[in-house]
Amino acid sequence: MNWNSPAEFFAMGGYAFYVWGSFGACAILMIVEPILAGRRRTSILRSLRRERLAEKLDSQ
Amino acid sequence: MSNRIVHWFKYASPQSFYPLAGKMIPLFWVLAAIFGVIGLWITFFVAPTDAQQGEGYRIIFIHVPASWMSMFIYLILAAWAGLGLALNTRLSGMMAQSLAPTGALMAFLSLWTGALWGKPMWGAWWVWDARLTSELILFFLYIGFIALQSAIDDPRRADKAGAILALVGVVNVPIIYFSVKWWNTLHQGASVSLTKSPSMAQTMLWGMLIMALCFWMYSIAVALTRVRAIILEREAHTEWVKELPEVKQ
Repeated sequence: MNWNSPAEFFAMGGYAFYVWGSFGACAILMIVEPILAGRRRTSILRSLRRERLAEKLDSQ
Repeated sequence: MSNRIVHWFKYASPQSFYPLAGKMIPLFWVLAAIFGVIGLWITFFVAPTDAQQGEGYRIIFIHVPASWMSMFIYLILAAWAGLGLALNTRLSGMMAQSLAPTGALMAFLSLWTGALWGKPMWGAWWVWDARLTSELILFFLYIGFIALQSAIDDPRRADKAGAILALVGVVNVPIIYFSVKWWNTLHQGASVSLTKSPSMAQTMLWGMLIMALCFWMYSIAVALTRVRAIILEREAHTEWVKELPEVKQ
């Protein structure tokens, strides 16, 4: 084990800004990207459903 | 034999690939999570403090996997683009388009983590060094590919233009890889090489490889998610899309 306390872990031996800046950016982007990709699919699905409904109403 | 070929080609059509991708996505997320937890555990709790760089070197565990993926995704993107250009298959262009943002993200992370590692160790966020510059060009290639494709309305023409850009850009990937050998650079040599045993401790190597697997699984999962959206966008007018249960509900 490298750390004696949580504070020591977060301090990263004085490199906290660089280490957490790297891992933080990585985590944020890797959370945001899948959300955006998922949203892109929900948005096209929504418009497809709307189109289908419009066609149905047209034919009535 | 012929049966197997038919079976394989079946999934080359967007219609049959769409549900297959949907089934595979959760699997890749689970794998990404498993490798991510193990990789981060090694990164922070197993790998020892470095004698020279202290705790700052731990950035390597995301810097190297992100850089590998940025190059690897580009090769896959170019392969799909080339396949689309040669065989005119519909799915190829969609796959290339789906991979580009993830590749750009990896190239960005490679540059970002590199800057944050370079500052404390070299004393500079950025230097115009062969490795760094060629990686920056890779990032611009991804951005250029995305911009070019979104500037052309007709998706088939966008695919063709994008494919040519992607294939021309492939030359940059070996330049990045060999840049540390060909030029005198500030950047250190390859961490892992096929020809000689790795220049690092076993635990570090394992941590890096497992993190790379996590990034790999992540990239597949997110690219499949995006390609499903692209398939729906491009095939919106087709009967099979209109008959999908998620559209009919």
